[in-house]
Amino acid sequence: MTASNKLTAFNNRINNKKKSSIKLYFHYISINIRCMMQYKTSFFLNVTGQFLVSFTVFLSMFFMFERFRSVEGFTYSEVLLCFSTMLLAFSLAEMFARGFDTFSGMVRGGDFDRILVRPRSEIMQVLGSKFELTRIGRMLQAIVMFVYGIMASGIAWNFSRIITIIFMITGGTVIFSALFLIYAALCFFTLDGLEFMNVFTDGAREFGQYPTAIYGKKMLLFTTFVIPYSLFQYYPLLFLTGRSDNIILMFLPLVACWFMIPAFLLWKYGVRHYKSSGS
Amino acid sequence: MITMENVCKTYKIAKRNAGFAQACKSLFRREYETIRALNDVSFTIGDGEMVGYIGPNGAGKSSTIKILSGILTPDSGTVLVDGRVPQKNRIEHVKHIGVVFGQRSQLWWDVPVIDSFELLKDIYSIPESDYKNNLEELKELLDLSELLRSPARQLSLGQRMRCEIAASLLHSPRILFLDEPTIGLDAVSKLAVRDFILKLNKTHGTTVILTTHDMQDIEALTSRIILIGKGRILMDGTLDDIKKGSDSNIDETIAELYRTYEI
Repeated sequence: MTASNKLTAFNNRINNKKKSSIKLYFHYISINIRCMMQYKTSFFLNVTGQFLVSFTVFLSMFFMFERFRSVEGFTYSEVLLCFSTMLLAFSLAEMFARGFDTFSGMVRGGDFDRILVRPRSEIMQVLGSKFELTRIGRMLQAIVMFVYGIMASGIAWNFSRIITIIFMITGGTVIFSALFLIYAALCFFTLDGLEFMNVFTDGAREFGQYPTAIYGKKMLLFTTFVIPYSLFQYYPLLFLTGRSDNIILMFLPLVACWFMIPAFLLWKYGVRHYKSSGS
Repeated sequence: MITMENVCKTYKIAKRNAGFAQACKSLFRREYETIRALNDVSFTIGDGEMVGYIGPNGAGKSSTIKILSGILTPDSGTVLVDGRVPQKNRIEHVKHIGVVFGQRSQLWWDVPVIDSFELLKDIYSIPESDYKNNLEELKELLDLSELLRSPARQLSLGQRMRCEIAASLLHSPRILFLDEPTIGLDAVSKLAVRDFILKLNKTHGTTVILTTHDMQDIEALTSRIILIGKGRILMDGTLDDIKKGSDSNIDETIAELYRTYEI
């Protein structure tokens, strides 16, 4: 076999593997939906509840701007855009990666055993074990807000700005997913869900409605270098609203994805530390 | 072929006395006790063998199964299953084994059993034709045709166990680990499960390793018995070796054996 043939064979194998993983993931989603449809009242109440919760956050913002015209130089429509991007990123991450949220029970009850005796990646199986379709309420809310935010923003949309906002959502989804992954990895050591982690997930969603710079310099440093929220929120927003022409700001959300690396390593370390429960 | 050589495994267990005050105390200062779950365990199991793995509660049976199936990493010693180290290449290893935990379900609770089976087909990437054949065979041998369309939560324990066993065999594993498969089953279900395991071993040559407290399981199924107590292998032989020189029934013989070894 020639080298190029070998390469094609290798590529084919990788592609097949990818295809089968995607197929399996959708199968997991489908079985989760079938499970949820068994309890339809609960399903609809959950969706409505989720929708209303994020709506109240929006209202609080709305009423505040009724009294004050702007916050730290950001107008209402700009803050709205900021909030809706954050919310959309969060709901995407939540929908796909909240399987990690119920993970503490899985580790304590020893159900993680079952995952380890199946020939698929652990992360894939944990994600598949709980797909939060009820969060679709929040997702709908986020989409409505996002469309409204885009229309009200008064930004002159051009190619680079459209790319920027796509990067912002991608980067945000990756970072929130990484935070969920860290949350799950810590369960290997504490055997319990750590409520304080929600400060970084749900908390970030709430405080992220305003550009991070308004919370002061220290906060901006923290959200740049420790948990890089600002990289997908504040800095690209400057570019988006025309406050800065620096093209680098556009790519910062992608830089923020480095955060996935320590999260993943911590997870791998946790899996090695897994101690099954009795019997 | 399965070989375990000088395998050791210890756990740290937190201990405290009863009461709220003691619970508060242990929040800050905790006393640990180290338990040797496995202490220098060695054995070899050949292809197609059926082995009963017995011992009192807490003897280390489940730990052995978990090490062989790649869930736990031993502290020391070597483990080889068909030439693979279970902990090193987990994904490659688990393709060839099936595990039934009697106390834990692997079926999705709210959907018909057949939906769980279909998902397993994708998890193990079982080719369509193999899946169909295996399903037909398991359906017939375990009498599942009436059960597959009901959700798992509405099945009786015996019915569910039959489905669990089928679920672990869809990918035609070479080795099957059964951790207390007959626990809590009624007489009819027990017989059905035993009967099936015998047939499986005969027709497919599947290696079966079975832990149980039910000595009738052992009598009906296995020719070889490994007795473990306090983390050590105490005996490795046939049922006749155990029965030798005693005419009381098997449960009494085993109880006598536990007493002599002080386990």
